[in-house]
Amino acid sequence: MNEGFRLLDPVRQSAAVKVLRAILPAEAVLYEPEDTKPYECDGLSAYRELPMVVALPQNEDEVARVLRACRRLNLPVVARGAGTGLSGGALPHGKGVLLSLAKMKRILALDPVARVARVQPGVRNLAISEAAAPYGLYYAPDPSSQIACSIGGNVGENAGGVHCLKYGLTVHNVLRVRACTIEGEVVEFGSEALDAPGYDLLALIMGSEGMLAVATEITVKLVPKPHTARVILAAFDDVEKAGNAAADIIAAGIIPAGLEMMDQPATRAVEQYVHAGYDLEAAALLLCESDGTVEEVEEEIGRMTAVLKQAGAYDFRISQNEAERLRFWSGRKAAFPAMGRISPDYYCMDGTIPRKRLGEVLRFIAEMEKKYGLRCPNVFHAGDGNLHPLILFDANDPEQLRRTEAFAGEVLEKSIAVGGTITGEHGVGIEKINQMCVQFDPKELEMFRAVKRAFDEEGLLNPDKNIPTLHRCAEFGRMHVEGGQLPHPGLPRF
Amino acid sequence: MQEVIERYAERIRSAAAAKKPLRLRGGGTKDFYGQALQGEVLDTRDYTGIVAYEPTELVITARCGTPLAELEAALHARGQQLAFEPPHYGPGATVGGMLAAGLSGPRRQAAGAVRDFVLGVRMLDGRGDDLSFGGQVMKNVAGYDVSRPMAGSLGTLGLILEVSLKVPPLPFAEATLKLELPQDKAIEMLNHWGGKPLPISACAWSDGGLTLRLSGAASAIRAAQEVIGGDLMQTAQAEQFWQAIREQTDAFFQSDKPMWRLSLPSVAPPLALPGEQLIEWGGSLRWLASNADARTIREAAAQVGGHATLFRAADKSAGVFTPLPPAVATIHRKLKRAFDPAGIFSAGRMYPDL
Ligand SMILES: Cc1cc2nc3c(=O)[nH]c(=O)nc-3n(C[C@H](O)[C@H](O)[C@H](O)COP(=O)(O)OP(=O)(O)OC[C@H]3O[C@@H](n4cnc5c(N)ncnc54)[C@H](O)[C@@H]3O)c2cc1C
Repeated sequence: MNEGFRLLDPVRQSAAVKVLRAILPAEAVLYEPEDTKPYECDGLSAYRELPMVVALPQNEDEVARVLRACRRLNLPVVARGAGTGLSGGALPHGKGVLLSLAKMKRILALDPVARVARVQPGVRNLAISEAAAPYGLYYAPDPSSQIACSIGGNVGENAGGVHCLKYGLTVHNVLRVRACTIEGEVVEFGSEALDAPGYDLLALIMGSEGMLAVATEITVKLVPKPHTARVILAAFDDVEKAGNAAADIIAAGIIPAGLEMMDQPATRAVEQYVHAGYDLEAAALLLCESDGTVEEVEEEIGRMTAVLKQAGAYDFRISQNEAERLRFWSGRKAAFPAMGRISPDYYCMDGTIPRKRLGEVLRFIAEMEKKYGLRCPNVFHAGDGNLHPLILFDANDPEQLRRTEAFAGEVLEKSIAVGGTITGEHGVGIEKINQMCVQFDPKELEMFRAVKRAFDEEGLLNPDKNIPTLHRCAEFGRMHVEGGQLPHPGLPRF
Repeated sequence: MQEVIERYAERIRSAAAAKKPLRLRGGGTKDFYGQALQGEVLDTRDYTGIVAYEPTELVITARCGTPLAELEAALHARGQQLAFEPPHYGPGATVGGMLAAGLSGPRRQAAGAVRDFVLGVRMLDGRGDDLSFGGQVMKNVAGYDVSRPMAGSLGTLGLILEVSLKVPPLPFAEATLKLELPQDKAIEMLNHWGGKPLPISACAWSDGGLTLRLSGAASAIRAAQEVIGGDLMQTAQAEQFWQAIREQTDAFFQSDKPMWRLSLPSVAPPLALPGEQLIEWGGSLRWLASNADARTIREAAAQVGGHATLFRAADKSAGVFTPLPPAVATIHRKLKRAFDPAGIFSAGRMYPDL
């Protein structure tokens, strides 16, 4: 991983500070290392770099002017929301500007009749649902980080949550994004209607990791809160059985509000932290939620219970009240922080796989645990196939860090090999950039670069992330050959 | 089938070299839609068939030339559906044409549009290169999302070879209700119900009558009927009704006047425009059969935060799609050039310069 250090260029820095100070108040331009230090990394803390300058605009006009100035000075710009991203998407550029949207955190309008909210990018995901709650409405995508992450960052990563199988990802719940281009032009993607003329640029901007434009205002859809929700906690003596049970629920024509799985190492890790009352002897636990009217939930819970029994669950518990429902979920929701309790560090992976290959992938991960001598509990969005293996390691030991990275790399490539993808919701960022060379061929990568140029000709917005250069892929290919494990020998290389 | 791809690619490469426009076309059921039809036809129907269908993964992958009816029949046989109810507009409709047209039917208000169900595409770009984006899994943020914007691109970005779609289950039960309501009251109630957890999956208002479809668990439908009231429509009649809305065979769509498609915020009040209206999507989609001039209609739509498309008309000189603001138009042109450097694909179908 990188050393977190590039030599600062004082002349370039003072030029940037001077220009930014003409746009922003003095306290909104940070450059002393003790002030820029809090911005040196996002949720992927193994990668660090001090930004040359941090700019904290308060409104769209300031964002536009900062971007225009950066373009004039040829300064790279990295947008940052809350910095909870897990792929280094908001990792600063040592010779550029870290553009924090944290001060732009106002809910500008909330229309309960039209069921939309217009918010600034720095608004926290959960704050939107809290503001909508008095009207019986909420914002559906609920990443586990929702108390902290920003809606701008959600757009940047197309974030999902445990309820996204039924209610969709960020891309399904945002109507419009206002954004500034690197030229400092304000553009709108989408509209307050259900579509907009022209290409669907709203879809293109989702998950674009701050590389196409900087979101300055987001209009989200609000949906009515279901009358009630209940969750089944089902225990299995075998992980593959649990995976198959998830498939059986889908095959029965049910789209549960949530369908999540944890393996035994994961439940054991979280139980000591949250005391959810999980069965620690189970090889895997499945959480199946139903929401809707009381009668509807009753009907669906009955249907799901029948399927789970058939699929070999040896124990069930059905939440009898809201407190119990939340307790059943608490372990799953707190899975990541719980890993932080039992291990100095954890490394969260994010591949999506066809659900039917789950058994194979879990066996592969178990082999990798042995090969690299590291533990790896798994939590799984079983409904949509998004797997989060969590490698436990100690970042202070460079040797462990190296093994962790190699472990993660193999799991990502396994995800591709079984017909999946290297990232379901956390993004490529800097973390998975090498594996992009495996998932896409050179012509596809070139098309991504062309898309980038259509928005940002000079490549100033979040450079070196997400889309690898030709050169980088060539380097990576060479490394792989040296390691004697070229993943796709048939693919053309440079 | 690989030889078909090679044939298409060859055709594209020579068209690009000669700068001769190509018109990508499946069954031609949507020829009426969009601006000009230019260039030699490249028939996408040779590349046909379902590539993979995994009901328990909720994913189907089909080739562009697959008849839409064949795809839907395969899904229905396994209790699944295209939840956005794309209009066919004729027996010849293909999967590729459906995606390129990007049109959704009545269930869009509850389920989402075509683009919401796109998981991945395989395409030939303007260099004849065979490219794949997205994939066959439900969640995927590797690289930019190039697949979803193919929906509604009207064949201007490339030849869609294959598409992978998310295919949810059919609802357990459905019921259709009929109410008498004037337009303003209907819009008000649609928005009011929209804020309640009711299983409304489609609506159509015209001429003082509001028809609502409920979909979901039988118990939820019964509960919603209590809340909404109205008269229950016979199942067979209801199916015919929604089919006629989806396919625009309903009497409303047989008007001689130009047919406008107004996409508006659901709360927009009734627009005082001459002509007849039919409202769908909880108030967000308003069909207008009107002889009013394009400017008046576009301004009325823009005023409430929406846009107007000249959907069906003999004279399209007013422009089919609402013009784009300059900065957005620039991005469009650059994207078009990235995918289709020689500018051969369906030139002018969307905007004169794309
Ligand atoms: C404990 C924990 C649990 C998590 N659980 C989930 C989960 O369940 N689901 C999930 O999807 N993710 C999850 N995440 C990951 C993370 O929270 C999400 O990716 C989130 O969307 C990031 O939001 P942020 O505001 O922190 O963005 P940041 O990390 O600051 O930025 C993320 C990316 O978006 C860009 N960006 C930020 N703001 C803007 C803007 N205004 N305009 C353009 N680009 C912008 C950045 O440049 C960067 O590339 C979790 C993270 C943690 C630490």
